[in-house]
Parts: sequence; C-alpha cells; structure tokens
Amino acid sequence: MHRTYTVTEIRDENYRTKTLVLDRALIAKPGQFAMVWLPGVDERPFSIAAASPLTLTVVAVGPFSERLHQLGEGERLWVRGPLGQPFELPAQPSGKRLVMVGGGYGVAPLRFLAREALTANAAVEVCIGARTAADVLLAERLVMDGAVVRVMTEDGSRGGRGLVTAALEAAVLEARPASVYACGPVPMLEAVESRCLAHGLPYQLSWEARMRCGMGLCGTCEVHGRRREGWLACSDGPVSVS
Amino acid sequence: MTDAVDLTCEFLGLRLPNPIILASGVIGTSAALMVRAAREGAGAVTAKSCGPGPRAGHPNPVAVDWGHGVINAIGLSNPGAVAEVALLADAQARLRSLGVPLIASVFGGTVEEFATVARIVSGADPDLIEVNVSCPNVADEFGTPFAASCADAAAVTEAVKVAAVGIPISLKLAPNVPSIGRIAAAVVEAGADAITAINTMPGMVINADAGRPVLSNRVGGLSGPALKPIALRCVAEVASAVEVPIIGTGGVMTGRDAAEMLMAGATAVGVGTAVWYRGVSVLGEIADELCAFLRGSDCAGLGDIRGRIFE
Repeated sequence: MHRTYTVTEIRDENYRTKTLVLDRALIAKPGQFAMVWLPGVDERPFSIAAASPLTLTVVAVGPFSERLHQLGEGERLWVRGPLGQPFELPAQPSGKRLVMVGGGYGVAPLRFLAREALTANAAVEVCIGARTAADVLLAERLVMDGAVVRVMTEDGSRGGRGLVTAALEAAVLEARPASVYACGPVPMLEAVESRCLAHGLPYQLSWEARMRCGMGLCGTCEVHGRRREGWLACSDGPVSVS
Repeated sequence: MTDAVDLTCEFLGLRLPNPIILASGVIGTSAALMVRAAREGAGAVTAKSCGPGPRAGHPNPVAVDWGHGVINAIGLSNPGAVAEVALLADAQARLRSLGVPLIASVFGGTVEEFATVARIVSGADPDLIEVNVSCPNVADEFGTPFAASCADAAAVTEAVKVAAVGIPISLKLAPNVPSIGRIAAAVVEAGADAITAINTMPGMVINADAGRPVLSNRVGGLSGPALKPIALRCVAEVASAVEVPIIGTGGVMTGRDAAEMLMAGATAVGVGTAVWYRGVSVLGEIADELCAFLRGSDCAGLGDIRGRIFE
C-alpha cells in the first residue's frame, strides 16, 4: 500500500535535477526503489537516494518528474515500497576498495551506497559519467562524503573527455577493487560488465526498465540480454549480482 | 506412511509433472519467462491473455498489495494475437522439451473476436486454450463480462470450440455471478472441455489520505489470500455442477492451499499472486509442499484427496 509523505526540503542539484527530502524514513537499502504516486497523475519508479529520512533525487525527464519538481515544501506524495533487490556490500567492508560507476542520473542510488560503504570504513571511488559539465550530478556531495570522484564528460567540458568506462579502467588499473557497482543506461552497464569480466572483478549492476506493477507480476520490466533471460528488473533486480 | 508420493496430474489427456499451473496474467508475457516458470517447477504454464489487437493496458498504478491480498487492473496489456502466436510457438518449442504443457489464453470483445483470436493462437499448437470471459478490468470498453450470462458464455464457448480445431478449451469463469455452477453447466453443455475457476473478484481500494481509488482504473480484481475462500466455494460449486476437470485458481499461496483446492474438486491448481509473496520459485515450492502434505496424510497421489469434501 502507498504511504503518505510530505516534502520537507527541496535542493537543486543541477539544471534539471532536484532532491526532495521527505518527512520520515522508509526502511530500505541502497539499490532498492520505490513507486511514487501522485493521485490522478501517474505512478513511477524512483531509486532511493537516502532512506532516513526518505530522499528522492528526481531528474525532469518527462511529465511526471516535472510534476514532482513543481511540488513545494509541505506538499504530499505517496510511496509504495521499498521494492526490489539491493546492492550488497562485502561482508567486511572495512579497508576494502570499492569502485562505483554512475552514468548520467544513475549516480543518485550510488551515493546512498557510497555513504553506507564509507560509514563502514570502505575506500570508495565514484566514476561519474555525464554528457556535459552541467549534467554532472552529486560530485561535490560525494567528495564531501569522503569518496574519491573521477568525472568524465562526453564533450570534455568537465573532467576527462569520453565515456565513464575510461574512468573505470583507470580506477581499476590504479588499484584492484574488491567489487564494482554500477547504475546507468543499459549500454553503459553492458560496457562495465565486459570490463569487469575482462579483469575478473565481481560486479553488481542496477538496471533501468519501464515498470508497471513493480511486484514481479506483470512482466513489463523484463530485461533482455545475453546474460539475463526471463529476468525482471523490479523483483529479480534492479540490482544483478555477478 | 507412504514412501513415494506421485504428483503426476492427468488433465484432458495431458500429463502434467505436478498439478501446479502458472495462472494467466502473471509473468506469462514472454517465452523466456514462461520457460523460467517451468524450470522453477510449474506443472503447466498459462500465457497472459491476448486479444485481437495490441493493447497498452491502463496507466499506473495498476497493482498494489492492500494488506490482505493484491488488487490489480493491468488492463489486458498484450501484443495482439498475431504477435502472440510467434511468442507462443517459441515458448511451446522450449516447454515441450521440458515436458511442461503450454496453455494459451484468449479474450475478445465479441463472440467473433474470441473465435478469431482462438483460431490465430491455435497456430502455435498450445496444449489447451483458456478462454478469458471474465476479466473484470475492462468494463469501460467491453461491457459486462461474458461470464455473467449463461447464454453469452455458451455462445463464446461454441465459437471458440469450432475455431480451436481439436485443441481442448477451458472457460475461465468469474466469481461475481449469482450461480457459477449454472454458468459452468451452460459452457460445458456448449462444448467446454474444462473450467478454470476463478478469475479475480472485482473490488476497490481507496487511499484515505489521497481521497481517491488507488488504481488508475478505479476498480480492479482482488487476488491473493483474501480470494481463497471465495475460490474454494466456487470450485466446489462447479465440481458439483459439471463432470469436466477444473483448474482451481484463487489465493493459493502454499501447498496446503493447493490441497484444499483439490479437496474442493479441482484437478489442477492455478498459482499467480503467490509469485509476489514468495517469488517465481513458489511454483516448485508449492508442489513440494503439496507432496509433503500428501506424504504426511498417508496419501499416494492427488486422487486420494481430490473431491474429498464431497465424500
């Protein structure tokens, strides 16, 4: 069932991204998602940027996310979740080197994971890929959290020029990570997967898909691919573990 | 104590490895997912219903867990019969090698559409065609389900029976009728080879804070634990009214629930919403639990408990 939440704080993250801080917690782990409902409008899946209090980082990519951007402090939204399988940190994270790869807006759930890992004394390096400098998300916040951040942009307007997999490659060559975590568009995930396989690294990938029921019933979010068949992003994922 | 329990289920000449059938509407949307259901232990697999043309279905929210079960109004999303037949043929080729029968599911807005869709999906050679005359979630477009009237349900049955040329058909009936037994008798008289009982029960869930129904379609079909007593009553009523085999569906979450469905007169047991509560592996787990129940009850097979409430 949906629970009612009230917006308590709104932060601008970049030109088309806002973070909505809500009035209470949702017991959830990094990588899980929630269905956000605006009655009479729509209900869409969002990754969880923080659980206590529940925090959603929302990019304006369509009519629903634009409606979320119009919400003011004190206004309500409805949340169903948490849903799906989370990222898993190593059993003993302390001292381990963890590399995270966020493409575009895939950085939001990785920050939740990065903060959990840093609290457990892991060494966290986050590779952020974006189209341009203006699209880079959460880089400063991750640095303040204590992560090492590498930025790649497609046009070279910030950090290195090229795809985020180049930053992953550099991070892996610098020191072998205990695990790689990634969230972003499917082509990026497939590229990260092939790099991890080439290096023999364990990896966890968070997959995006259109979702309807979010309950593993309707079949809408089936991910098709070489390595995954009959795999549902909402209930088997969104995180796949190598 | 009996050593060996035999879960094999004879159904209209088909031999199911066990009586647990993936119900229509749950993960039956691709060949890969249907093969997965079989690998996870389903004794037969039912595809999502398909109609004459592609349908996107309703906007979100389309399903929620309301505390004692699930309510959904997906809205018969499907790619249309022509695309569906390719999907079914692919699924059938792979399911045959696993020894798991494939059940197609069809719907239409008119008797003629039911027949057309059944004729098209017959091309994939499914082992059974389930005729969904009872979807509660598309009343705006299709009006009262055919399952509400003996004459309408019988007309669909006769047309599909002709169109399906040699493939047996099962009519999927609705619980919200004055006498499901009379509907069952009418469709069996018209040529139905089996009955699937039941579809979901129409309901509404309102969020009081929002002051609105939760589903975009406002109403939907109730499934899950709350549906079981209704399903058991319907299956028992159908079993009393007709001789054909019954796929008992509605609220089966455990092997014990499956045993109850068999005791009410079902030959096989549909499982759908349990996938939400326990994952896709629930299909094999319910079969295992049913096996354990039979062993603990000193039964050698399904025949030992089937229809027991009538003894």
